[in-house]
Amino acid sequence: MFLREPERPTTGDWGFTSCFTFGSSSRLVVIWLKRKSCCLLLYLEDGRRSTCRDEDAVKAECGAETSGSASAAVMERFHWVQHRCQQLLLRGSERGRYAAPEGLAKSPSQDNPYCSYSSGKRRAVLSRHGPHQQESEAILRNYKGNAIRTTKYSLLTFIPMNLFEQFHRAANLYFLFLALLNWVPVVEAFQKEITMIPLLVVLIVIGIKDALEDYRRYLFDKKVNNNVVQVFCGKQKAYVERRWKNVQVGDFVRLSCNEIIPADMLLLFSSDPRGVCYIETANLDGETNLKQKQVVSDLPFQGEFTPESFHSRIECENPNNDLSRFRGYMEHSNGARVGLHNNNLLLRSCTIRNTETVVGIVVYAGHETKAMMNNSGPRYKRSRLEKRLNTDVLWCVLLLVVMCLTAAVGHGLWLKDHRDPVFQIDGETSPALAGFYVFWTMIIVLQVLIPISLYVSIEIVKLGQVYFIQNDLALYNEQLDSRIQCRALNITEDLGQIQYLFSDKTGTLTENKMVFRRCSIYGVEYPHEENARRLDVYEEEANAAGPSMTLRSGCSGKSRSCRSLSCTRSSVSLHTLTAESEEEEEEEQTSTHILSRTSAFLNHMARDVIPDPELMRKFHCVHSPESSLASSSSLELTYITDFFLALAICNSVVVSSPRHRQDAECEAAAPLKSLEDIKRMFHHFGFSPLSALSSLSPPQIKSSPNNLSSKPCTHGRTGASTGSSPPSTTEDPESNLEGSDPEGRGQGADAGQLKDREADDDVSTAKVEAADPPGADDDLVYEAESPDEAALVHAARAYSCTLRGRSAQSLLVDLPGVGPLAVQLLHILPFDSNRKRMSIVVRHPITGQVVVYTKGADCVIMDLAERPTGLELSAREIYTHIREQTQRHLDSYASEGLRTLCIAKKVLEEEEYEVWLKKQLLAESSIENREELMLESAQRLETNLTLLGATGIVDRLQEEVPETIEALQRAGVKVWVLTGDKQETAINIAHSCKLLCPNDQLLTVNCDSKDACVALLAELKHQHGGAGGGSAAAGGPEDGLPSSILVVDGRTLGWALQDELSSHFLELSSACKAVICCRSTPLQKSQVVRLIRDQLRVITLAVGDGANDVSMIQTADVGIGISGQEGMQAVMSSDFAISRFKHLSKLLLVHGHWCHCRLANMVLYFIYKNVMYGNLLFWYQFFCGFSGSVMTNSWVLILFNLLFTSVPPLIYGVLDQDASADALMCLPEVYTHTSKVYAPRVFWITLLDAFYQSLVCFFVPYFALAGSEVAELSLGSSINASALLIILLHQVLESHTLTWIHAVVLLLSGASYFGFVLLFSVVCVTCSPPTNPVGVETLQMSQPLFYTICALTTVVALLPRLFFRVLHNTLHPSAVLKSAQMDAVDSEMYRRRMERWNQHEAGVRPDLRPSAASAASCRT
Amino acid sequence: MMATSYSAKDEDGHITVSGPGAGTLRSKKPENTAFKQQRLPAWQPILTAGTVLPAFFIIGLIFIPIGIGLYVTSNNIKEFEIDYTGVDMSSPCFNCSQNYSWNSTRPCTCTIPFYLETPYESNVFMYYGLSNFYQNHRRYVKSRDDSQLNGDVGSLQKPSKECEPYAYHENRPVAPCGAIANSMFNDTLELFYNNPNGTKLQIPLTSTGIAWWTDKHVKFRNPGNDPNLTAAFQGTTKPVNWRRPVYELDSDPENNGFINEDFIVWMRTAALPTFRKLYRIIQKKNSMVPTLPRGNYTLEVVYNYPVRRFEGRKRVILSTISWMGGKNPFLGIAYMTVGSVCFLLGVVLLIIHHKYGNRNNSADISN
Repeated sequence: MFLREPERPTTGDWGFTSCFTFGSSSRLVVIWLKRKSCCLLLYLEDGRRSTCRDEDAVKAECGAETSGSASAAVMERFHWVQHRCQQLLLRGSERGRYAAPEGLAKSPSQDNPYCSYSSGKRRAVLSRHGPHQQESEAILRNYKGNAIRTTKYSLLTFIPMNLFEQFHRAANLYFLFLALLNWVPVVEAFQKEITMIPLLVVLIVIGIKDALEDYRRYLFDKKVNNNVVQVFCGKQKAYVERRWKNVQVGDFVRLSCNEIIPADMLLLFSSDPRGVCYIETANLDGETNLKQKQVVSDLPFQGEFTPESFHSRIECENPNNDLSRFRGYMEHSNGARVGLHNNNLLLRSCTIRNTETVVGIVVYAGHETKAMMNNSGPRYKRSRLEKRLNTDVLWCVLLLVVMCLTAAVGHGLWLKDHRDPVFQIDGETSPALAGFYVFWTMIIVLQVLIPISLYVSIEIVKLGQVYFIQNDLALYNEQLDSRIQCRALNITEDLGQIQYLFSDKTGTLTENKMVFRRCSIYGVEYPHEENARRLDVYEEEANAAGPSMTLRSGCSGKSRSCRSLSCTRSSVSLHTLTAESEEEEEEEQTSTHILSRTSAFLNHMARDVIPDPELMRKFHCVHSPESSLASSSSLELTYITDFFLALAICNSVVVSSPRHRQDAECEAAAPLKSLEDIKRMFHHFGFSPLSALSSLSPPQIKSSPNNLSSKPCTHGRTGASTGSSPPSTTEDPESNLEGSDPEGRGQGADAGQLKDREADDDVSTAKVEAADPPGADDDLVYEAESPDEAALVHAARAYSCTLRGRSAQSLLVDLPGVGPLAVQLLHILPFDSNRKRMSIVVRHPITGQVVVYTKGADCVIMDLAERPTGLELSAREIYTHIREQTQRHLDSYASEGLRTLCIAKKVLEEEEYEVWLKKQLLAESSIENREELMLESAQRLETNLTLLGATGIVDRLQEEVPETIEALQRAGVKVWVLTGDKQETAINIAHSCKLLCPNDQLLTVNCDSKDACVALLAELKHQHGGAGGGSAAAGGPEDGLPSSILVVDGRTLGWALQDELSSHFLELSSACKAVICCRSTPLQKSQVVRLIRDQLRVITLAVGDGANDVSMIQTADVGIGISGQEGMQAVMSSDFAISRFKHLSKLLLVHGHWCHCRLANMVLYFIYKNVMYGNLLFWYQFFCGFSGSVMTNSWVLILFNLLFTSVPPLIYGVLDQDASADALMCLPEVYTHTSKVYAPRVFWITLLDAFYQSLVCFFVPYFALAGSEVAELSLGSSINASALLIILLHQVLESHTLTWIHAVVLLLSGASYFGFVLLFSVVCVTCSPPTNPVGVETLQMSQPLFYTICALTTVVALLPRLFFRVLHNTLHPSAVLKSAQMDAVDSEMYRRRMERWNQHEAGVRPDLRPSAASAASCRT
Repeated sequence: MMATSYSAKDEDGHITVSGPGAGTLRSKKPENTAFKQQRLPAWQPILTAGTVLPAFFIIGLIFIPIGIGLYVTSNNIKEFEIDYTGVDMSSPCFNCSQNYSWNSTRPCTCTIPFYLETPYESNVFMYYGLSNFYQNHRRYVKSRDDSQLNGDVGSLQKPSKECEPYAYHENRPVAPCGAIANSMFNDTLELFYNNPNGTKLQIPLTSTGIAWWTDKHVKFRNPGNDPNLTAAFQGTTKPVNWRRPVYELDSDPENNGFINEDFIVWMRTAALPTFRKLYRIIQKKNSMVPTLPRGNYTLEVVYNYPVRRFEGRKRVILSTISWMGGKNPFLGIAYMTVGSVCFLLGVVLLIIHHKYGNRNNSADISN
């Protein structure tokens, strides 16, 4: 029943010790009055206090405490207490005080309780092995089992369902219509079956694709469903192995460490004594940090959990897809209720970590689990190119109609001239009617004009493109071991046409790896210059690592000495270096050591905060026995202590130690002598009156760590050996260099040994370290939800204020000189974006007061910080001074580009706290509007704060961000930064990422009112609209003119986005090189994107990493999520997910360009091919009386597009490269020409060329054979063969690269045609009735005339295109072409260089390095 | 471990390329192969004046001789054509042409004299030509039954409905059915050499070997194995426009019924409305005498085939042939023209190349 271990007071004072939660709104509070008596207070909803005394119960409890075991008698006693409370509760509810939630009005023991659950918003879960077998069976029967089926079809339903889905496409319907039309006798053009072939082929191809996908899902489901897990079996009274699919709601599941959770279950037992368990949600959202889950509080059993004894009923929400919310309560058999939160729920497909055994009861299974409900398959968007394509296909349709009309009219006229000749079969039909019939016939005949296979081909090509994008090594992040994810499969080509890029700042441009940089406490700024220098060193080396790529690559293949040399120089280059070298040593590589090493590296920077000596001195003199308080006031010292305490504890950081499971004895080696002094000091200068509680005696404090005996404790330096920690279990020498890098701070020491210029500084650091024993626990790993928190905890740790462990009730903190202290944790009010702050309520370890520490955005905290009133003048002055100073420091931090946070505290009166507590408990345990109540409660607490200080956190730019932005701007992409940060921070980041050049003109639009905004916008537009527009259109930073950058703040943006102002804003912004919107809300972000997208009709791309970017990502044409530190919401809503901002340049400039060019060229080629071939048939109509006759066998006609000429375009669409990747990266300007590939002009030129070619292809054979004895099929044979050659060679002309794959496919296509027609002409005697092919091709191909005709036709048809292409390329060589040529030169140079390399080093593979080579050459 | 590879993310995207068994232990790093990294060695055809120049010249140099060869060959072919439709009043066949009927009881004969100015040395092919005859009309082309013509007894008795309305006549199946067969050319042409001494010498015309080998031996078959064709065609009726049933087309059993070569030739529908079909071959007898010496000839036509109705024309063509078929100057001229144009363009490109294209122009294999 109780989880919180009562703290046993030894004095006679009374105090709050323990509370028990019953139901949803009441809480039992045990208050000690005297040593042997206690009173039970029951707080009901209205704050009415019921009191009862029960000496025995208390005695029993005390006895249990002393004996240390939970005996049955004790349990009985507690049941009695519970019972009493229940009675009180019931009485309360009878009076209407306690409003039971609906569906719960009846007590569970009453009859037919589940009728209300089946229909309501809730579900009830009972144990399958409980006493009410039948009842539970009846309830649980309604819930889904754990078997999952993600397949769309089953064997039976596949054909009808798949067909149904496929006929949703217009193209398929059209061809179905054609097939049906062919069944009408008067218009029948071909054999009835033949017109169905294209449709069938398309349907079958797509069907096979769908079936394969479905089969893969099926296999996957099967694999998952057959995983084995331990489930409690009621008959055998033991856990037995069962398959996942047989797990049901209400089952008890036992899981061990590293097992995957099979269904959503409520955590009932954890082998961890604190009742927590850690899970990793990487499978769910990709976050690899551990999350702490808590056993359901106040379970009516202790020690080992036995499923038989679980008789509680669980009520929770119906299944939903909200991963972060779970509400419900558990009702024990005695009627007591315990609230259930998200924290109690283990989600399916997460992994248990760091916990030996957990037991849970399944509440949602199978498809009702949150993980499965979040599974919304891949997204389908329609790309811009596809929309263009549709219009072009409509043009083709128009062409088709025109041609058919021509034929219809022609046939009518022809029929008038030829009344009743011998070859006329039914002369009775009137010419008009015959013309009408011919119209439809021609629709069937000329169906080749509409590319049916185009849509299928596009789909296949996109699959190929996505495959290549995903396999690009340059888009692979070694550190996270993550590739690019293409979540939307059909907008790859939109990547090639981006004109506007909207970027989030934090986590997108920056690393979102926060490093503590400096702070201000008590209005005093501590610049942390060493720290700054350290960060600069990282920065420098990161930069140095960039240009020297070629050099390093040389190194990588070389000897160890080379490596060790570079690694002593900098850990950054070491890291990249080893990453590079692994490409050559793939066989040796195991991902574990990459991961461990990278995480080790990543942690270094955040961890190794070098303390400011001044602050260090002040902080340490608090506890040093010889503390001379002369230099600084004691008030300041308490501020400092509180500040660091807040840094260390005001967070949700999970401490995990690699040696977490070791139950090492924790020595409280604190020099307790000084504690009294400190306390005295606090008492003396405490800014709030001391409460009676504060007189805790030293032994009490000392004993608290013992109570937390199994908390993560460390042995100190000896325990931190590299061998014992998982991250460094590898034998790889480089990783050992990293791993054995003794303690985090050793980084600095290392550098100190090797770098003369830093030697002195580091010696001093080392001294500090030596004087600071607790700093040695380096194997503490902090896992924080947000990187800011981790940075602050690390910073506090640098000042020896170390967070050691965390449990539900307390925090273990090292204070310098004091040693480990248990801080009683009362409440955490977690961060949310509305409040922009988080708070923690603790009992101060030294003073014993209830203290609220709050940490949050500066603007919020500054507003909440109290305006001192009623204090004496000097104190008020001090407050005001601190406030002003801190504000000044905040401003300067922001202008440096630091992220600022304010730290504040508040001391609560005991009564004050109790009043608040009551409401808070109420809020916590309510099921309806829990969020609102919690928010309200938090806001009530966070008032009148005392400002302690502020921190500045560096968020470093990601690597190559300036280069990427520059490249994108050169590529004509306008980069907008939309951030929620402060204006100064945003501008600063813009500076550092070269979005803002030094001579750029900054147009800042911050208005207080809408009218001012109107005026300002108009003025700015007037000033800059004309001149700026021109230069911005020219787009180059190289044209020398200073371009203007628009900076808008959130409020102004709100006005600017309104209808009447949006046009001004648009004009102004389009005249600017870049726009920075700061303090913008997620909604505004998406509004901006929508405005630009809709008004300017451009293709927009939004990139972001956090939940606040989701709407923007979804609004933009292309949404890109950065999988980083802030969870996966952005990734989940994105079309592409990358891991670094720099990947954008390759993604857009290379893949986007390629995909667009490939697809555009393929589409154009397809249209060309179809028009060209279709026209051949049309020209023939002029010679057959427009009767709809064709000169080829209908099989050949249909298969021509479908088979003989369909694969080369696919290869073309997947593999073609109009310029090499390196050239595209070097010349971003090429990107601006990407969209011209599919300009309307090009479409019409292509169409014209198709007309010309078809004319040639028809009339050359015609003139060559006219008047001769040529038969229909013979004429068709030469025309078809010529057409095939023309079409294939046309492709060769159009291809920019030809690989062996192209060659094979082209040859196979040609061979397949000739093979088919030859075979057909030999075998098919009566198989193709009206146009019998037998002997035609064999005869034709034995005649030289056939070849002469084909050769002439092909040459004449392709001559103009070849000539004009040559002329164009020679007279106006495009950038792409130049780059291709340059590439040829480069590759020449490169090859020579490689030869030299190979002489040195045999192991270097040539295909690894061209990027470096040409990168080097394009810099020159 | 199977369970570890389970991931919710994998369930949605069928594109996730992580292979089966790619557990937590295997890196997701893409393979560094030339194919996957799109670095396959490729030939990059950079079409500039410099690179394409040789191609133009080569095409020109190849095409012009071929063109000359074709032109000369075509010119060596001797061809003589007589229109005997009888449109003009002066024409000998005018009277016959006025008779529109297919089934006139009295055959109309007309005699057309002509003079060959040059002797025809090799085998001479005698064609009849029709103009404005749309043998390629869609409905017309379809109006046949290949199974029947292939000797299928079932189809003989029950012609395909494609043959409608020429499938049945007086409730008996038509053999051969369909419009093509029904409209078979039925003029009889005979050629006489008017010896200078006044005698009229009939020139022997070979009526076999005029059809494609595959047609005669594979595609067309007489029904059944009965050598007696009359019995084989029992129960069928002749096409409406025919004067004789199909089994009486020729006396030679190897050239009778469906495998009658005149019939086969007619059944291979012409591609264009103006066409010629091989009628007879005049075999060269010995090398000493020309097949058709210079002199006066008479063409005797039994005029049956009405074409005036649709303004058609009928011709007789006498022609020798070469390796490239009949007389057609077009190909030769076209080849010569295209060759010259290519050569000319080559020169233009050469000039352009020298003026503008002084840069690297190698299209080579690069990585």
